[in-house]
Amino acid sequence: MQEKNVEFQNITFQYPEDSQRMFENLSFSVARGEFVAVVGASGCGKSTLFRLINRLEEPEAGRILVEGRDVREQKGYSGFMPQKDLLMPWRTVGKNLMLPLELRKIPKEKREPMAREMLRQVGLEDCWEKAPRELSGGMRQRVSFARTLLSGSDLLLLDEPFSALDFLTRVSLQEWLAEQWESLGKTVIFVTHDVEEALYLATRILVLRGRPVRQVESIPVPLPVPRRRQMLEQPEIQELKERLIAGLQREEAAYYEN
Amino acid sequence: MKIKEKKPAAGRSGRTLPALVIGGVLLLWQAVAMWIDAAYILPTPVQVLQRLWELREPLFLVHLPATMGITGLGLLISLALGAGLAVWMDASRTAERALYPLIVASQTIPTMAIAPLFVLWFGYSIWSKVLAAILITFFPVTITIHDGLRSAPREMEEYMRTGGAGKWEIFWKLKVPWAVPSFFSAVRMAIPICVIGAAIGEWLGAQSGLGYFSKRMMTQLDGAGVFAPIVLLSAAAMLVVWLVERLEKHLVTWWKEM
Repeated sequence: MQEKNVEFQNITFQYPEDSQRMFENLSFSVARGEFVAVVGASGCGKSTLFRLINRLEEPEAGRILVEGRDVREQKGYSGFMPQKDLLMPWRTVGKNLMLPLELRKIPKEKREPMAREMLRQVGLEDCWEKAPRELSGGMRQRVSFARTLLSGSDLLLLDEPFSALDFLTRVSLQEWLAEQWESLGKTVIFVTHDVEEALYLATRILVLRGRPVRQVESIPVPLPVPRRRQMLEQPEIQELKERLIAGLQREEAAYYEN
Repeated sequence: MKIKEKKPAAGRSGRTLPALVIGGVLLLWQAVAMWIDAAYILPTPVQVLQRLWELREPLFLVHLPATMGITGLGLLISLALGAGLAVWMDASRTAERALYPLIVASQTIPTMAIAPLFVLWFGYSIWSKVLAAILITFFPVTITIHDGLRSAPREMEEYMRTGGAGKWEIFWKLKVPWAVPSFFSAVRMAIPICVIGAAIGEWLGAQSGLGYFSKRMMTQLDGAGVFAPIVLLSAAAMLVVWLVERLEKHLVTWWKEM
């Protein structure tokens, strides 16, 4: 067994405004260096997983470990990439990238070289002085990803980062993210409602089912890394995809009946 | 580029139309005033301008500086007080619950009725007028800045918290820059209100100032003399608002995209 990076131990959680629990006695873990995609119907708690890891919500019971330590005992253990890029419009791209470094209390003189290097890595070195509004949606997501990496943590939490982009941009960013993951060797948890995206990117898919969620179904993706898009054409992958979609549809129907 | 393309079209309908309306109103005023033919009731715009020219020395050298001094002082104190209260109410729910109703209630005090009291307290000194100006200015200032601070997007705040930001960092790096445009709206709104407050104060008890001057002309049945300082007062307020707008455009270039 590989070393665990994130571990949920018997987590029970309910939003105060909900009548039902979201998670009940839920346990699962993600190993270091994995790329895990979390899929599930709307309202199944995909994003809540991140809110719990980031301590924006506190569980009723159970604990969450990152790198073997309770999240309540540490700070800055995850890099979060939200669905909207949330770049600050009053800061230039460069200054936006320096925000996580400021929060990490990195000495002033080191911030700019670190941020510039990261911007170069995402292929946008010419955009340092630009305002976020001057960039396209895809470029903004790349800046947002660079900012996530500058959080310096080995755990990246990506919350539907490409869902607002047009098809072509999304496809090219998926390929780009796959390359980034292979070269960085970080642990990625990727929330998505797009099954194909999950199959293309992830080494393992976690499916959240039911309300409350009591366990996650873990489905390894039987494809080698690096991936090519044609691999998704394989019959067994097609079959897996159909199965996942059918399952999600049932969940979705049940969700709207309640 | 986008902004440049828009400008000519917006400029034509945006500037010409109000200019036409103002010109029409002035012409109508001139015609009606000439028909009534009683300058102590309704002077013509031409008479008002003539009077403004004749009285230029006392108006520009004595009374305008006096009123602008009161307005400036009232504005600065209102902004400082308003910003301070807004920040305090933003930081503490208790302060908000305790102060907000009081601030709203302060607005129901009729300034005209309470200002004589200020004259009793402070005599004919500048402070009775400054207090009247503050009383009507600081409410909209406080509420506008408070709204600006509160409207900082929750997602951005949460994003910063996941990066390890504390309350202080969220305040300085998110709330303050986010509220800068609100601060400018507050200033723009406060200037004319503050001028009114200063003039009311001067009406009730002063030895100089445009409000005082206009009242003195009224006792002399000098219609044009009543109007001249009012015209000057509005022109001064408009000039300052325009200057603030220029400064705002220069400093806040990012607001357009929101």
